[in-house]
Amino acid sequence: MNHPIFRAENVSKAYAGHVAIEDISISVPEGSIFGLLGPNGAGKTTFIRIINQITGPDTGKLWFNGERLEEKHLGLIGYLPEERGLYKKMKVGEQALYLCQLKGLSKKEALSRLKYWFEKFGIQAWWNKKVEELSKGMAQKVQFIVTVLHEPKLLILDEPFSGFDPINTNLIKSEILELKKKGTTIIFSTHNMGSVEELCDHIALINNSRVILEGEVKEVRSRFRTNTYNIDFQGSMMQLSASLGTYGELIEHEPEGDHMDATVRLVNGATTNQLLGNIMRTVEVKGFHEVIPSMNDIFIEAVERYNRENLKP
Amino acid sequence: MNKIGLIIQREYLTRVRKKSFIVMTILGPILMAALMIVPVWMAMNDEDEANILVIDDSFLFTERMTDTENIHFFFPEVGLDSAKSQMVASDDFDAVLYIHKNIMSSPSGIQLIYDKQPGISVIRYIENTIENDIEKFKLAKSGIDQATIESAKTNIRLVTTKLDEVGAESKSNTELSMIVGMFSGILIYMFIFLYGVQVMRGVIEEKTSRIIEVIISSVKPFELMMGKIVGIALVGLTQFLLWIALSTMFVSGGKALIQDHFAKDAPTSIEQAVNSTEQLVPEGEEAVSAELNQEAIDEVFASMQQIDFPIILFSFLFYFLGGYLIYSALFAAVGSAVDNEADSQQFMLPITAPIIFSFVMAQVVINNPESPMSFWLSIIPFTSPIIMMVRIPFGVPYWELGLSMALLIIGFIGTTWLAGRIYRTGILMYGKKISYKELWKWLRYH
Repeated sequence: MNHPIFRAENVSKAYAGHVAIEDISISVPEGSIFGLLGPNGAGKTTFIRIINQITGPDTGKLWFNGERLEEKHLGLIGYLPEERGLYKKMKVGEQALYLCQLKGLSKKEALSRLKYWFEKFGIQAWWNKKVEELSKGMAQKVQFIVTVLHEPKLLILDEPFSGFDPINTNLIKSEILELKKKGTTIIFSTHNMGSVEELCDHIALINNSRVILEGEVKEVRSRFRTNTYNIDFQGSMMQLSASLGTYGELIEHEPEGDHMDATVRLVNGATTNQLLGNIMRTVEVKGFHEVIPSMNDIFIEAVERYNRENLKP
Repeated sequence: MNKIGLIIQREYLTRVRKKSFIVMTILGPILMAALMIVPVWMAMNDEDEANILVIDDSFLFTERMTDTENIHFFFPEVGLDSAKSQMVASDDFDAVLYIHKNIMSSPSGIQLIYDKQPGISVIRYIENTIENDIEKFKLAKSGIDQATIESAKTNIRLVTTKLDEVGAESKSNTELSMIVGMFSGILIYMFIFLYGVQVMRGVIEEKTSRIIEVIISSVKPFELMMGKIVGIALVGLTQFLLWIALSTMFVSGGKALIQDHFAKDAPTSIEQAVNSTEQLVPEGEEAVSAELNQEAIDEVFASMQQIDFPIILFSFLFYFLGGYLIYSALFAAVGSAVDNEADSQQFMLPITAPIIFSFVMAQVVINNPESPMSFWLSIIPFTSPIIMMVRIPFGVPYWELGLSMALLIIGFIGTTWLAGRIYRTGILMYGKKISYKELWKWLRYH
């Protein structure tokens, strides 16, 4: 694991009578995309605001690149909040310039980089338009540019794809991957689990103010393996279920053209080879692969399990 | 450029470039100039011609009513009724003045019958003339001659002199002090309101457009608030300086225009009218009043030298900004606590009440600038910007001025600190009706 660019140690924060986050410890490796997941109201936004130093934690320590997180690091962090917003009456170019200068870029530097990005996205014509004349998607694009323009080491994106059509979603996705290639670390908060599988290296799942699941995506997914396999075969369903014997149990099945498709869970400590040996004698196996749970399933499973165990009804 | 400088620059430039700013900057002085010039202009144009038929049954006033430039008297030797029909029939006559026989014993009952409403100045002139004449007749009857009266006439004008602790005497002019004090007070009152509300609107705009979260991930909320307050203060200063410059231009331009226009008619009286919108000097006392006027003008100049203009100017700038600053932070706090302007009403009252209170009290203070109440109101930070400015032209000891200014600075730091705490929590709160209890909680967050 790379050396962490950002680390939180036992961070807690409470608002009058209400605990927002409790004892959160995470470590974000440099150059990775880190998924910050959790149901609504879990405390993600509060945690993101603490990283941005919009609010301070009650207890706990925050580290940035080996140093204690402080104001000087703000210029190294880029933040795209979930609720987007720009000054409606201000012109696009002027506004982008202002926001970049606030992040510490010189006017000259900001101008030349803005020019590059506006050309890249093909939006030079918007420079002198007021933001209120733009569509929502257009304004989002401008905001994305403003967020990444100062080349932050750590980029925090809260639901970056909301409000984008599929074409623009792809555009932003490829920009994110390109930024990662350049070495930018990205904290990515979303409810879209598909994009988590696609983009994230690490995740932390926050529920009810605490981190309840953390780790590399691959590792987390294998942790949630249920010894379930998908078998694609030719033959009859009866033959298959008969041949499972004590090695496995059939979970579901459906015909797939001239094939049959069955999902089977291994039981009694059986191995895949034992199972395959049995069924190969009765049906023609066309495909066999492990069913790795999706992040969506893991999310639901982890949250529900936690709530069952920890929250009294 | 540092961040707070950037914020100030943005707040300033976006506002100064707005059409409404430019329109207000140009319209303001035009309105102000119009307010000063139009009444004078109207007063002068109002003296329309009046031709009056006089039916004098007492035979005392025949040929005694002297014509003026606009008022002409005619003495037809006919009865009242035929004079009336003559007036109605012809366009040349506007009114009939009927003086009855027993005018000396019962001076009431003199009638002016008109078909075209005569101006107030015409009526005044007739009343004055008849009054004077009757007085003269009566005096003559009792054997006092005109010369005795003239020599007995006295005109008093108090020369008010302030004696300070070291024993130095200075002549003061109460009216001038009142005008200077009241004018500065009104300007400060306007400035606090106009621009305080702009601060609030700016905060609400950032909050509702949701840009706030982006900005405070770059700068501290307090820096953003201060940048906004200072930026808008500079907008206000710019506007007022432009107003003063433009008003002076318009007023002097307008004055020249009017003078040009009426130069042939009555240059002196017009000049007086333009200089002060006071009523014209009553007829018949012109000789005396001219002399008196000269004296009064000398006195005004003398007391203008006595009024410490550098101090007034300095204090005006200080209280102008100080008054705005102490309140604007509070306006910002209100803006941060609400989601839209309509909701701001409930929190506005505690802010606007002391401003309006000091404005109302200013009229009391101006009549009694040295009373204990005036003293306290000019020391307490929330009322001092307006009240102290009203008092200063009358002369205020330096220690009082110093104390008041020091307290205003402390007050400003206090309200800004307080507002900053509400502000940084409020700007991130959405969709929640905020109560005073809630605000109190925010104050105690760390």
